[in-house]
Amino acid sequence: MTNYLDVLLYIQIGLSGICLYRIIRGPTIPDRMVGIDIFGILVVGICAILSIQTERSFILDIGIAWIILSFIGTLTLAKYLSGKKLNE
Amino acid sequence: MNNMASNILLSIGIVFNLFGCIGLMRLPDVYNRLQAATKCVTLGTCSILVGVLLHFGFNDAGVKALVAIPILFFASTVAAHALIRGAYHFGIKLGKKSVRDDYKDAVK
Repeated sequence: MTNYLDVLLYIQIGLSGICLYRIIRGPTIPDRMVGIDIFGILVVGICAILSIQTERSFILDIGIAWIILSFIGTLTLAKYLSGKKLNE
Repeated sequence: MNNMASNILLSIGIVFNLFGCIGLMRLPDVYNRLQAATKCVTLGTCSILVGVLLHFGFNDAGVKALVAIPILFFASTVAAHALIRGAYHFGIKLGKKSVRDDYKDAVK
């Protein structure tokens, strides 16, 4: 059964590779930001599968912290895109 | 039994993530890409976290997965909304096959 989880983990890592393709090749700046946002969500899935595979619970803490940091980063970059200052 | 249900939920989540990433790769426009990828990837990751909860039960790891679900749901949707609004104000044009732009009238 661990073999099955290995396959799922490799598929998820490959999907985050697709997001890296969008980050590198994106024609405009918001395309790259979309890629970064989706990449952050996919990393949470990688953390969840790893926590099942290794039977340890602290990896889920890394996932929760990654969600919150990705949220703050995306909000900051969106503020920068719309041309405002950060305290507006 | 529990293990089987957990594996089925993990597989459903991976399939949703796959569709979202195909949309992120193939669609022609930043608006289309974001609306395909955010919905599919958010729901797929929520399904993976429910699978983690079923695998562990209600001990520390399962409760952590249960707490991560609403945080992920609200954070990703709010971030996507702010990001696409910023992209519109930045001046990204719609793709060639898009036919209608209602936000142009609302922003005036």
